[in-house]
Amino acid sequence: MAYTPPKLTLQVGDRDHSAGPNDAPMVLVEYGDYQCPYCGAAYPIIKRIQKELSGHLRFVFRNFPITNAHQYAEWAAETAEAVAVQGRFWEIHDFLYENQASLGDEEYFRKYEAKLGLDVDKITREVGHHDFTGRVQEDFMSGVRSGVNGTPTFFINGNRYDGYPEFHPLVAALKEAQATSGRRK
Amino acid sequence: MTGCRIDYAERRVARRTEGLRRAPVCIDLTLSRAPIGFGSGSGLELNSESRPAILNGNVRQRRRRYGRSDWSDPMARDEVGTPSILKSGAKAPNFTLKTTPDQSVSLNDFLGRPVVLAFYPADWSPVCSDQMGLYAQLMPEFKKFEAEVLGISVDGIWSHLAFSKDRRLNFPLLADFEPKGAVSRLYGAYEHSNGESTRALFVIDKKGVIRWSYLSPDGVNPGADGILAALEKL
Repeated sequence: MAYTPPKLTLQVGDRDHSAGPNDAPMVLVEYGDYQCPYCGAAYPIIKRIQKELSGHLRFVFRNFPITNAHQYAEWAAETAEAVAVQGRFWEIHDFLYENQASLGDEEYFRKYEAKLGLDVDKITREVGHHDFTGRVQEDFMSGVRSGVNGTPTFFINGNRYDGYPEFHPLVAALKEAQATSGRRK
Repeated sequence: MTGCRIDYAERRVARRTEGLRRAPVCIDLTLSRAPIGFGSGSGLELNSESRPAILNGNVRQRRRRYGRSDWSDPMARDEVGTPSILKSGAKAPNFTLKTTPDQSVSLNDFLGRPVVLAFYPADWSPVCSDQMGLYAQLMPEFKKFEAEVLGISVDGIWSHLAFSKDRRLNFPLLADFEPKGAVSRLYGAYEHSNGESTRALFVIDKKGVIRWSYLSPDGVNPGADGILAALEKL
């Protein structure tokens, strides 16, 4: 029996937080946890990949908070969703990963939201009411059903990427996926 | 919580001692599914000459056992795993194992409900969380099917208790401790070379019949997608 990596069960679409062209030949989906140190380590690598493959890559981030290990992960995910409603998802996504050490200090993140000119009270209220728990859980379960068993887990053009979350192997796998889909067309 | 902040040097040591290459991730997960090939030409494949000696030993052992030389070939890894575990359709052998110093659990206690049996190699894998942690987080999903989850390894009850408390597990861990690995052997889920259970999963229906089983490729931590799909089909 040949080994085939699990496939993404929830296709990338309008519901997703996405950067890069919608019709890009390379689609990278990350299931991540804002408190996971390995996601933190992968964050600058993804940034570098986005720069390297600019114009040809669509990057999508989905929540996979490991709540029994990371006490602030759910809060961070719901905060990012609340900020996303006000149109600044990627700013808060980046800020959370760049300030993982400050997770737990909610005031620190509120100051940043204020700096972005966002309605901070609305965000605090929505997170307090757990308005985005359902959305985060939907991301989480879509990951579970796609074979995500930890973070970060990546999918390239719909197939789980089983290599290391490092720059060169990821770029090589993305280019290979592009070549494969190109041949099929 | 603190167990999560493992630095990379420590992980490298752990990798070496376990003879596994692992990707840096947070649940055990990916951990071991890591090395399945970066694709040729990426320059990242390790050949046997550049691998630490302990890994080379591992390869030699595999060659002897399986006659395969390419351990990075996912197909080879899959074949390594699959043959021995009990298959769908088989009656699940009953067993009684300790879960605390004064409590035992029998499989037959759960007749009338689906059971997920998750064999795993060892408590305390050196990572953030692990397969068992993921299942703990997914307990509400398993409960939708009224399924019981039982984790089984050859660790003793005291290790299980401490591990369970540390990872905040909300289902029983059973000690397949004496005679060592007896239940794992019964299910074909015992690795004789290292004296540990393999990562074998079984979904058993309410009549005690195995309806789905899966053995992860060596070192690959399975997720929960297969379990949930099997429970849905019951």
